[in-house]
Amino acid sequence: MIIAQRKNIPDLLAIVKDHKKLLVLGCGTCVTVCLAGGVREVSIIASALRMSAKLKGLPLEVEELTIERQCDNVFLEQAADAIKRNDAVLSLGCGAGVQAIAERYTNKPVYAGLDTAFIGILEERGVWTEKCAACGACVLHEYGGICPVTRCAKHMLNGPCSGSREDRCEVNPERQCAWQLIYKRLKDIGQLDRLKKIKPPKNWNRSQSGGYRTIIREDHRV
Amino acid sequence: MKQENFEPKILAFCCHYCAYSSADLAGSMRIQYPPNVRIIRTPCTGRLETEYFMKALENGADGVLVAGCLEGGCHFVEGNLCAKRRVNYTREILEEIGMEKERLRMVNVSAAMARPLADTIIDMVETVRKLGPSPIRQNGSLKK
Repeated sequence: MIIAQRKNIPDLLAIVKDHKKLLVLGCGTCVTVCLAGGVREVSIIASALRMSAKLKGLPLEVEELTIERQCDNVFLEQAADAIKRNDAVLSLGCGAGVQAIAERYTNKPVYAGLDTAFIGILEERGVWTEKCAACGACVLHEYGGICPVTRCAKHMLNGPCSGSREDRCEVNPERQCAWQLIYKRLKDIGQLDRLKKIKPPKNWNRSQSGGYRTIIREDHRV
Repeated sequence: MKQENFEPKILAFCCHYCAYSSADLAGSMRIQYPPNVRIIRTPCTGRLETEYFMKALENGADGVLVAGCLEGGCHFVEGNLCAKRRVNYTREILEEIGMEKERLRMVNVSAAMARPLADTIIDMVETVRKLGPSPIRQNGSLKK
């Protein structure tokens, strides 16, 4: 799931202050689950923007709407009327959602209300942790399902680095050493042999180095 | 609105199991508290969401009081602790907006604490009176 968090209200107001009618558009998928851009957050941010604008004497009307998914044209159509009747859109979707709106509504300013942070999971109530760096060439099978690219501070494929103390990372003692976890996990599933093999340098061509990535499935194209 | 004529309008969300009963008890005991508060009974302060506080203040309340059970004494175990975190979060947002965070406050009382509840209400009314009318109401249109 994509994890995001809201920008603060002064920054948001600075972004939208030149518009008179603003649509705050939420997304019902990932950002709803991570409590950043769902119906509730749209309501809170819209209220905060209206109040903040009033205090600063700015004539800002704010409309609220949340659709099921911003990164999908089928769902985005449901917001068409609301987008048209407002001067600008403040999207509380992830970066993909913001750009989906911008591409579809070419004459309408679209702004990001959230900082999209990472792909992660809910660790406990109110705590999210990054688990995947979307590197494009998954190596999880080699490491017992624990990603050294994401979870090791040094992204080491042949770890550990020997800097860890107990099970803590030397870069940030609040975090667990990914390699400690990898060792324990491989031991538990009887695959410690995997660590005897030296891994070659990772091929980063499938990551972000060549600009944006595309996946084309000919079998699904029409 | 002139400061000297200003009578604060304060919305008080009172938990059914403590503060609401406490306010009732205050009535039975003939304890006076200012008529500036409008009490809304809630099943538990844990039912209250951030947007409730925001909407109350946006629609012109001068202050919002959230009155829940004593910590450890919630009928639903930890509803009041949820409310405490939400109140704190809303106060952070109010600071970002540039509004006085003192306009939103949470207190913990038991059903038997009529006098402390009345004192809290008196203190809240005086705090808001000193702050003056809600700047949202002054600068914008007042929703009645």
